[in-house]
Amino acid sequence: MDTTHLKQLLKPLESGTRIPLGAPRADGCLLGGLRQDALHEVFAESAGAEAAATCFALGLARRVLGKHKWLVWVRQDFAALEAGEIFASGLLELGLDPARVLMVRAHDARDVLRAGADALVNKGVGAVLLEPWGEAKVFDLVASRRLTLLAQQHATTALVLRFSADPLPSAAQTRWSVTAAASDPGDEDWGKPRMQAALVRNRHGNLGCWTMEWDCNDGLFAEAHPGARPAAPADRQAEAALEGLRAAG
Amino acid sequence: MDGAAARLGLHPGKALADARAMVPDIAVIRANEPADLKLLEAVADWCERYTPLVALDLPYGLFLDITGIAHLFGGERAMLDTIRRAVAAQGFAVRLALAGTPHAARALAHHADGTIVTPGGEAQAVAALPTEALATDAQVVHALKRAGLKTIGQVAERTRHELAARFGKGFIGVLDGTLGKSKPPLTPRTPLPDLMAERRFAEPIVSADDIAATLLSLGENLAQVLESRGQGVRVLEASFFRADGQMRRIAVETGEATREPKRMVRLFRERLDALADPLDPGFGFDLIRLAAIFAQTLVAEAISFDTNEAARDIKILTDNLSARFGPSRVMRFQPQDTHIPEAGAVAVPAQHADPDRFAWAPLRLADEAPRRPLRLFAKPEPIDVLAEVPDGPPLRFRWRRLQHTITQAEGPERIAMEWWRHAEPQPTRDYYRVEDERGHRFWLYRDGLYERETAASRWYVHGLFA
Repeated sequence: MDTTHLKQLLKPLESGTRIPLGAPRADGCLLGGLRQDALHEVFAESAGAEAAATCFALGLARRVLGKHKWLVWVRQDFAALEAGEIFASGLLELGLDPARVLMVRAHDARDVLRAGADALVNKGVGAVLLEPWGEAKVFDLVASRRLTLLAQQHATTALVLRFSADPLPSAAQTRWSVTAAASDPGDEDWGKPRMQAALVRNRHGNLGCWTMEWDCNDGLFAEAHPGARPAAPADRQAEAALEGLRAAG
Repeated sequence: MDGAAARLGLHPGKALADARAMVPDIAVIRANEPADLKLLEAVADWCERYTPLVALDLPYGLFLDITGIAHLFGGERAMLDTIRRAVAAQGFAVRLALAGTPHAARALAHHADGTIVTPGGEAQAVAALPTEALATDAQVVHALKRAGLKTIGQVAERTRHELAARFGKGFIGVLDGTLGKSKPPLTPRTPLPDLMAERRFAEPIVSADDIAATLLSLGENLAQVLESRGQGVRVLEASFFRADGQMRRIAVETGEATREPKRMVRLFRERLDALADPLDPGFGFDLIRLAAIFAQTLVAEAISFDTNEAARDIKILTDNLSARFGPSRVMRFQPQDTHIPEAGAVAVPAQHADPDRFAWAPLRLADEAPRRPLRLFAKPEPIDVLAEVPDGPPLRFRWRRLQHTITQAEGPERIAMEWWRHAEPQPTRDYYRVEDERGHRFWLYRDGLYERETAASRWYVHGLFA
């Protein structure tokens, strides 16, 4: 059977807007871009990758926000102790307008979820970034379904940023595992924020792993070495392999 | 002291040894003034069902200002009876009087229970009362008696300057108050609301839905008045009075003036849901009051632009989240005019944020890498660093039990502290942006200039870059 025909048949099912990240190979795996009205998970691959993961999640948020909508950032108190407070000057540096960010400091993971759900239904909100700490048991399959549903109904983007946590089954559209990436040897000064982003789960499309750079001025991702490394194979084994690595590491 | 003790001839102020001599098997309970005060406060709370202006008359009295509201309770006599029955039903001994001034009412309550003074009749009503009724200190009463002045009427006949010379101006104030000649204002326990609406229930209500419906209709009442005044509320307080003498106040705040009843009710729902110690209706609330504690002019905003519309929606979200989690947990960022990096951006409660202070100036040239970290530690974390003295860049450091070998370091960015803010000299900081062999990027600083400010500089991790 002709697969292009099948894709065309399936297209109406894909109702949500897809927003390109800016890196062509990643956008290819995402069938054109990040689904806007959905839940996406960003995991820090290991301790020390918190800033890289934060930057990546913020990049995703910046892509979907548009001109007027707000970002609501709900973070658990403990996350600020371990990984640092959100620094508004740093947001500004990455090209996000701190004036359109609402911070909610939640006491525990349950409050993160509740505040996040409240924010997702608000019309002024473009994206909600939920940042619990550690193995938050309340972020289970049911919670992810609920967030997905709210995101879908209100055309908002739910982003979950996880540190020191292993993935649980989830209804997320995509799951990323992010870690820091070194500058190229010989660079005088480091340039753009850089991270290695592995797409370890994708409901519609292939998986892959890329070294990405965030362009603070244009608000776009780009691959640091386009074409240097082949994209990961397009099957579920890649996810298993990557998660195996996580468990082993 | 209770009634039985009084009948045995005991009275407050009697020495315990004397009392024991008179009544050998006396049960002694140590006076607990804080507990008494707390109880009095609770009774005062509960009495707010009659009037919002309730003042304490320590140690055991309350003033209720019922100016203009007695008709709601069927007249002054009926109101007095209602209050007496209701308070007595809770097991208190009550003495009540109604007069034009607090002093007169107090004197009459203590010495002529149940008196209602017609306007202007205070001097006559108190004339026969003993001088103790003036409720000044015992020495003054004693002196008055020695001077042969046994009743207030006799005291009132003396000339003012005579009394003032002997007992001071304060005494004249008390005397005039008691005689109804001057009326000192009552000090309300809580700020008086700008506006309030209340509903009484013959059949106390219990269910959350009934409570919400009541709040909604009270909110609608408030909204009407607010609209006629062109105002909206910033602080709302709901008071829930239980039939059995308990009273609970719940306040919510909004980030901007509003008069939408649905929004008010939503805020109360959030607040009530989040209460650590939930609202307990007991056998039901028989009075619910909604008060606009702070109202202000409502400015009609142009809502045609997308930006404003989003901002409006965010304000509603801010209020709801603040009601649920507390105003200090919902924050916005404001830039500050300082060169100290961590002070350059502060998070302030979003409800109280200054709307004119959100213009962020860029920190760097367009093609430069970020100069400021994304995540910042509220308390910089000390690290062990290998660096060249006196002021070379760091080469290696150990943080949270991990060794980091630095492959790139950019700096120093020397930042002098704001000496005019501190009495003690603050060491200068040399900031470096460093990258380790795995690509982790840090914001480190050396605290103090080597050999100029300090003998051994300490190093800290202050933030993380992506």
